[in-house]
Amino acid sequence: MPDHDSKHPTDSPTPLIELVDVYKAFKTQVVLNGVNLSIPEGQTVVIIGASGVGKSVLIKHIVGLLQPDKGEIVFRGQRIDQISTAALAKLRRRFGYLFQLSALFDSMTAGENVGFPIRQDGSKTRDQIDRIVAKKLRLVGLDGIQSKMPSELSGGQKKRVALARAIALDPEVILYDEPTTGLDPVRADVINELILRLKKTLHVTSIVVTHDLSTVFKVADRVLMLMSGDFIFDGTPDELRNSDEPRVQRFISGHASDEDILELDGAA
Amino acid sequence: MLATVGATTIRTLESMGTFSRFSWKTVSQIPVACVRGRDWRLLMPQFYLIGVRSVPVMVVTGVFVGLVLAAQAADQLHAAGLETRMGVLVNLSLVKELGPVLAGVMLAGRVGGALTAELGTMRVTEQLDALRVMGTDPVRHLVVPRVIACIVLAPILTMYCNMMGSIGGWFVAVIVHHIPSEPYQYYTAEAIEKWDIFSGLTKSVVFGGLIGLISCFKGFNCRSGAEGVGRACTSAFVTSFIVILITDFFMLRLMQDMYNTIWGFKPVL
Repeated sequence: MPDHDSKHPTDSPTPLIELVDVYKAFKTQVVLNGVNLSIPEGQTVVIIGASGVGKSVLIKHIVGLLQPDKGEIVFRGQRIDQISTAALAKLRRRFGYLFQLSALFDSMTAGENVGFPIRQDGSKTRDQIDRIVAKKLRLVGLDGIQSKMPSELSGGQKKRVALARAIALDPEVILYDEPTTGLDPVRADVINELILRLKKTLHVTSIVVTHDLSTVFKVADRVLMLMSGDFIFDGTPDELRNSDEPRVQRFISGHASDEDILELDGAA
Repeated sequence: MLATVGATTIRTLESMGTFSRFSWKTVSQIPVACVRGRDWRLLMPQFYLIGVRSVPVMVVTGVFVGLVLAAQAADQLHAAGLETRMGVLVNLSLVKELGPVLAGVMLAGRVGGALTAELGTMRVTEQLDALRVMGTDPVRHLVVPRVIACIVLAPILTMYCNMMGSIGGWFVAVIVHHIPSEPYQYYTAEAIEKWDIFSGLTKSVVFGGLIGLISCFKGFNCRSGAEGVGRACTSAFVTSFIVILITDFFMLRLMQDMYNTIWGFKPVL
């Protein structure tokens, strides 16, 4: 049972994003087993859970990259899982998405990558695009690297360029898929600071998928823990820290269970 | 055993259905892409990569096919006293069959593999998802320009291949075997009809489209990891090669039937 707080922001009457009884399975493997989630505007929600538990699958449903087998995905009262392809393409421009591997286009420079969604939008001149690109790159502390190719950038710089691209169209929601994975602790903290900065300056709603606890305790307004296809925890970072749920505690302390050890012995 | 056959059949049918949907989605967007100026800048790099960069391969293929054909035919035709007709054999084989098929196979190897690897890598590094999330249809942005480039450039590259094969054949006949150049050219021009050139180039247009579609489809649906991309590239080439051979047979029959139908009406017209 989720650990609900009576004063929790989920009690807001008009949620920005809602997942209602969402099921998703890949062949015989059930990944989401009746997930319910309601996110009010302006909140930073962090979804944690073990690797491969379905966190990325969950946020891919929110932007329509995956369709649920059953259930509803709602954004501002509109069903995302039922709208036409053209309407979905338009709606997606209200979201920014930071991919786990950054997903920068190899054939484009950093500047072209950041300017890509604006060019596709087709409403700005070349000069206006250049100015917006410089502004977004400045926001992530990388102005001046417009002409560099992704292969010339470090892992942390790639993430920041990808973040600049994600915010190029001033989205209402930013989805972060493992934003600090593969980065050293200092670079990871830079990304965490950026998430906080974007929340303050752009007033966006953020959904962060991670298993990095430093991100959880630094940026989260609310934490959810996904396990076996459903949330086993829903609360504030402090509630997470003090939770007496053994699975949550094991995740926080980073201790493998006896079952995990037995699994390891079995594999050997 | 029965279950394996059934499962394979279902998988094959599913794959064909997915490919048909993918092809329809691509082909239906080609007319729009041709008239929308914004999409032309996506085409130009593909014309360069698929066309200009393939010319050396086509030249080498064409020259050596012409050389081999002429060298093979020389002794037999000489024995029959028909050496002046060598150009007919070489050029007709090139224009109708070998030129389009070999150019198609080379295109599948050089360009098809590259397209699959590029799109496959984009898939496994989430770049295709990134396009979707930014409201851009990856088929319109990536597949349509590549397929258009393959359709437009396959016949042009085939013409290169034919021309170089023709020069290779002439070289063996006239320079190596000292066959008089004038009758060689006269009989060649007499024997090859415009229809032969047209049917060969029509085939190459179809081959180009199929290579583009198959290669992009394999890239779009490859499995994750380096192994997945490698497998997709191999599969793209093998599938394209087989499809070219099968299509060649049916196109040959179709073009023959069309020729007979049109030329059947010639006396009336």
